Amino acid sequence: MNDLGTNILIWVIHAVLLTVVLLTAFAYTTLLERKVLGRIQSRYGPNRAGPFGLLQPLADGIKLIFKEELTPAGVDRFTFLLAPVLAAVPAVVVFAVIPMGGKANFFGTDIHLTLAPNLNVGILFVLAITSVSVYGIVLAGWASNSKYSMMGSLRSTAQMISYELAMGLSLVALVVVAGTLDLNAIVDQQKELWFVFLQPVGAVIFMLAALAEVNRAPFDLPEAEQELTAGYHTEYSGMKFALFFMAEYIKMSVIAGLAITFFFGGYREPLPLFITRALPVLSVDNTPWLGPVYFSIKVVVLLFVQIWVRATLPRLRYDQLMRLGWKVMLPITLAWVMVTAFVVLLRS
Amino acid sequence: MLESYLPIAILLIVATVVCLLLVAVGTIFGPRRKSFRKGSPYESGMQPIGPGTRRMSVRFYLIAVLFILFDVEVIFFYPWAVNFRALGLFGFVEMLVFVGILLVGYVYVWRKGALEWD
Repeated sequence: MNDLGTNILIWVIHAVLLTVVLLTAFAYTTLLERKVLGRIQSRYGPNRAGPFGLLQPLADGIKLIFKEELTPAGVDRFTFLLAPVLAAVPAVVVFAVIPMGGKANFFGTDIHLTLAPNLNVGILFVLAITSVSVYGIVLAGWASNSKYSMMGSLRSTAQMISYELAMGLSLVALVVVAGTLDLNAIVDQQKELWFVFLQPVGAVIFMLAALAEVNRAPFDLPEAEQELTAGYHTEYSGMKFALFFMAEYIKMSVIAGLAITFFFGGYREPLPLFITRALPVLSVDNTPWLGPVYFSIKVVVLLFVQIWVRATLPRLRYDQLMRLGWKVMLPITLAWVMVTAFVVLLRS
Repeated sequence: MLESYLPIAILLIVATVVCLLLVAVGTIFGPRRKSFRKGSPYESGMQPIGPGTRRMSVRFYLIAVLFILFDVEVIFFYPWAVNFRALGLFGFVEMLVFVGILLVGYVYVWRKGALEWD
């Protein structure tokens, strides 16, 4: 065991590295989205900046840096600055607990590839932190002194808190099966069978609720361009706007990462058991550094699914959205929790 | 035990600093040309009418209150779910009673029309 000073140094390096990786992932998620959307709509998508448009995110970033940071009149200045930060920071912090690998050996020291692996209340932590980002959106709408922002943030808040119920409940069924809130333990239990096969209904409800939670299509009413211009970030420009954008795209990765952890075997290899038996090198138990690689592959697949959903499905109407959340998903999830509990009871 | 939260605190600080740095970079390099028109809130090119924050539909408050009620109940599920195997049949029946009471409230809210949105 290392002493506290060394540990803190390792954690700081790890945290900086994680933030940089997330920022890069955010930049390239935007490119992936534009490329995939383009292809689905028989277009090329960005292909001018660099090969295959690979430098496009960089160009966008530089452009945003040189844009004016506009603060409209009548704005509550401190809250106006606080809101984008409050929206972006929780999205990054959730990644501290999402398991990305086991212990790996770097330069003779054992380092856990997850930043905070020993959290025994992992799921509660995730739910708590993701709720904090609601504040960012409420404050953005309130501080902007604009009707579009206000309406966008109200809609967004109501939508997020409505679907949080279904999301929380769908995870209860998972906890009944797993018997723990520890995310690393949940991943370890999926060594042989992913939980998606035990919890199909839970997985579908979790994905739907998570999409609504981060305001992605088909639940992107808060920023329905035709009605609300840009919703809660109508008045934001420059890097503050970029922070909201960053929050949204990092949250896409967050829900991909959470869905992987809960239902798709976490950082474990996405291979059938007979392959890992024949080639034990490919298993994360033998080569721990493959954990983040497998994790990233699965994240990209789920990001693609989210973009695909956006390209395919039309937006819901607001009353349909509320009906789906409160009258359909809530009772189904409640029933699913009790069914799961009953089956687990019968089998034990 | 508390030590396992230390890396999270570090990441929190790092993330906040990075976000503030991004805003600072934008403020330093961006131009500053203020004008009256640019400073007025966006309203599709019209002169803004009335204040930006006005009265909102009461339904949003209703949803917020219902959320608090139901979310607290969801939190009650977690300790039960973690200990479910140890509690056995007793725990299951207890939870059935709890869900029954929850359902009474849910049906009441539904029948009262609190979940309608038109």
